[in-house]
Amino acid sequence: MNTGTVGIGRGHPRLEGPAKVTGTARYAAEYPADGVAYAWAVQSSVAKGRIVRIDPTATLAEPGVLDVLTYENAPRLHSTESAELFLLQTPQVHYRGEFVALVLAESLEAAREGALLLRVDYDTEPHSSLLTEHHPGLYRPEKVNPSYPTDTALGDFEAGYAAAEVQLDQTYRTPAYHNNPMEPHSATARWLDGRLLVHDSSQGSTLVRDTLGRLFNLPAETVRVISAHVGGGFGSKGSPRCTPVLAAMAARHLGRPVRLALTRQQVFGPIGYRTPTIQRLRLGSDADGRLAAICHDAISQTSTGVEFAEQTAVLTRSLYAAPHRRTTHRLTRLDVPTPSWMRAPGECPGSFALECAMDELAVACGMDPVELRIRNDTDVDPEEGLPFTSRNLVACLREGARRFGWADRDPTPGVRRHGRCLVGTGVASAIYPARTAGAHARARVEPDGSYQVSINATDIGTGARTALWLVAAEALAVPGDRVTVEVGDSDLPPAFVAGGSFGTAGWGWAVDKACRELRRQLAERHGGTVPAAGLTVQVDTMTDVAEQPRYARYAFGAHFVEVRVDVDSGEIRVPRMLGIFATGRVVNPATARSQLIGGMTMGLSMALHEEGALDHRFGDWVNRDLATYHIASCADVEQIDADWVDDPDERVNPLGIKGLGEIGIVGSAAAVANAVYHATGIRVRELPIQPDKLLDRLPTT
Amino acid sequence: MRAFRYERGLDTGQAVALVSGEPEAAYLGGGTNLVDLMKLGVARPRLLVDVTRLPLGSVDPLPDGGLRIGATVRNSDLAAHPTVRRDFPVLSRALLAGATGQLRNMATIGGNLLQRTRCVYFQDVSRPCNKREPGAGCSAIDGQNRDLAILGWSPQCVATHPSDLAVALAALDAMVEVREPAGPREIPLTELHRLPEDRPDQETTLARGGLITAVRVPGLPFARRSTYRKARDRASYAFGLGSVAVALDLDGPLVRDVRIAYGAVAHRPWRARLAEEALRGRPATPENFRLAAEEELAAARPMSHNAFKIPLIRNLTVRTLTELAEPPEVNR
Repeated sequence: MNTGTVGIGRGHPRLEGPAKVTGTARYAAEYPADGVAYAWAVQSSVAKGRIVRIDPTATLAEPGVLDVLTYENAPRLHSTESAELFLLQTPQVHYRGEFVALVLAESLEAAREGALLLRVDYDTEPHSSLLTEHHPGLYRPEKVNPSYPTDTALGDFEAGYAAAEVQLDQTYRTPAYHNNPMEPHSATARWLDGRLLVHDSSQGSTLVRDTLGRLFNLPAETVRVISAHVGGGFGSKGSPRCTPVLAAMAARHLGRPVRLALTRQQVFGPIGYRTPTIQRLRLGSDADGRLAAICHDAISQTSTGVEFAEQTAVLTRSLYAAPHRRTTHRLTRLDVPTPSWMRAPGECPGSFALECAMDELAVACGMDPVELRIRNDTDVDPEEGLPFTSRNLVACLREGARRFGWADRDPTPGVRRHGRCLVGTGVASAIYPARTAGAHARARVEPDGSYQVSINATDIGTGARTALWLVAAEALAVPGDRVTVEVGDSDLPPAFVAGGSFGTAGWGWAVDKACRELRRQLAERHGGTVPAAGLTVQVDTMTDVAEQPRYARYAFGAHFVEVRVDVDSGEIRVPRMLGIFATGRVVNPATARSQLIGGMTMGLSMALHEEGALDHRFGDWVNRDLATYHIASCADVEQIDADWVDDPDERVNPLGIKGLGEIGIVGSAAAVANAVYHATGIRVRELPIQPDKLLDRLPTT
Repeated sequence: MRAFRYERGLDTGQAVALVSGEPEAAYLGGGTNLVDLMKLGVARPRLLVDVTRLPLGSVDPLPDGGLRIGATVRNSDLAAHPTVRRDFPVLSRALLAGATGQLRNMATIGGNLLQRTRCVYFQDVSRPCNKREPGAGCSAIDGQNRDLAILGWSPQCVATHPSDLAVALAALDAMVEVREPAGPREIPLTELHRLPEDRPDQETTLARGGLITAVRVPGLPFARRSTYRKARDRASYAFGLGSVAVALDLDGPLVRDVRIAYGAVAHRPWRARLAEEALRGRPATPENFRLAAEEELAAARPMSHNAFKIPLIRNLTVRTLTELAEPPEVNR
């Protein structure tokens, strides 16, 4: 399979595909360990308070149970860099579902039973878990994630808005969303002669290693974290999570290897989630839809322990031109688990509000929504004033409209029928930063002409390993079967996490640089002959990345969606979905398409299905499995396709690559919502759009 | 999870004797619901008696044109059975509307009828639930109750029965054959499940240790004109927001006979006898279908989040009966 000429732009199946489908690819909870014990996490049943008594009698009487780890006996941790990771250290309870104990046993079943039998008594305090726009705790954070200004303003929004011929002022709401990778968070930890080895389901094991080193007060070189295969993360494994910490604590306590895998129910909270948002959008334009004023005010929640400020309104700073503009973010601290990264944090919920508002503006102006977006395109970043490395939003909109058959669209809502269904179509734009970060990479050649490329990138199911292999084969100018790529081990040259759509562009840059440097040294110092001991080079791109010239760096896209709404039941189905993207050079068309379609599907799911159903009496979500927290099923996804336009970009980075792991979800929920409006005439501004939100307003005949 | 003993290879009488003789014993069919509940700590049996190898796995025709369906027949097999598809399409469609292909391959007919509610509060031992622990209180009635009952609920419990199959069987006047410690007995399907009243923990009228051995569907020629329609949030693997099972017998423009049952609205499959009575002898028109559904639903008492189920059930009643009333050649 891996023979012949391979390189950037030539589609190739995942290298580890056969290992995964035959079950030989190992995940974190699957590594054999002699004498391994099993841990089961016990969750708080109150939202706020203090543990006053822990009675392990029944637990310890259960056959096979070894011990119960609580704040009273757990190993002390040394760093409080994240309150979320300061586990089993105090009797305080910060949210319902917080891990308050670990039951350790000879078998998984005994650990689980022991956990059920553990008696924990609390002193409870009143809690606050419901986000509202009037919450008394709302405040202005110092910055929003990862390091954007909290608020921005240009021109005079109030004056520009007041003078606008057409004004739109609407509020949009999104609920909590829960990252549900197929592989729940899990870790296997063992200590040997003071050294710690952890197999962790993580999006970046370098960061996990460094964090464990600090928490256990160990030199980084005595800790090794391996994340060779990861069954998805969607951001929830992007920063170190509770599982490796708890497994390492338990392994130290017992003096034997310990394995901890969360259940599906346990990932609903303790590993993070996407914050609910409340977003007010105000758009002012002339009668022809040219925007004069844009304001995006976003509210979200964080926990009492950690400030996580979702950058919800940031995309509004760069997507459309308008002389008068403002964005703000407000946050409130609730007695809830800390929200965290979830695919396109900020841009995902923000685009729902902005792109629905643009659709509403198109209706108000009597304009085609594709043309409205094209009319408000911009040559420079509207707030920064910087040129874009490339900006092909309009090309995406036009190509998508052509392929979708948009030209004949009648804008009148609620008039198209297919049997007992109303039919409509919707569009939305997409934008996502094309950032990257520096990384280290190593390339080695053996006398037999084989090459090994090593970098602590992480393949969380995206195809990253294969993409880097294509980059390496092209840079080395050798057949693919002579190149192997090693990733997912903190002993490899360090690199940043799989997140932010950084990976292929940034890891690829380092891999490309290492491979070219190896070729250069081989040619210039060794006359093209590999020395008997082989030849190794290691490079980094830290300076290259830091010294990149200032540009606005973004990928773009456009979504086109058709929906059918059953007038009797209110059920919504999506027969067609098309995404066209401008994402620079596409390294592996096969896995790129998969990433884009995956993001679009997740947006469909967000539009129609997903919702953490909060019961604020308890302070947590009650639908905590995949039977009750609905994600789109295969049957919900009919004709879905993603493609891309030419987007040559020599400025964005040397390889011209823009990440595409996240842009597929940006705007896709809005396109679905806009199609529902076109089908029914009903504008739903609070997700998800479920039958009960439509039923009483649908025609009865 | 709690350690348990596992038995199989018994005959039906031995299985019943074993389960009725132990206070914490349960029958294991396909395990698609019970094993989940065991992992969650909701069900904590000490003994599981596997009934899937009992000789209860056949579908046999009855002299009256009906069927006798063994309790361990798998849902997938019954849905695909040629006689079922031809003579009782409502049954086949109800089965295929439930769960997923993988679950249907495992799940048994008897187990399907005895599955537990999917009320999220029942399935989470950290929250009070009268069904799990009598007297603890109902968390759902003032909580997330969108998916729960509008008919027949009590202040003690607002759960719904989750089965699709049971709704179709209720419409077809099915009889449930059971083997109890006192001997064999037959229970009309519509009387197998109880309304919650003040004992939501008692879900059925089965004697303790009773085992469903078969379900008998009597012959009903007009069931060839029958269907099942389930509304749900997503296209597959979702419990119903509301469902209807209908069969229609026409006498020219008039309704000669009709069967209607509703799902996802009550603690048991809801046979809509008031609606049926309102339609017999009346013209088969959408307006009459609507009036009949409204008569049945007049007793509905929606909670804070589920009032939409009333128009939903009404609309589905009108839709399915209207489609059945159309001449067969345009019905396809």
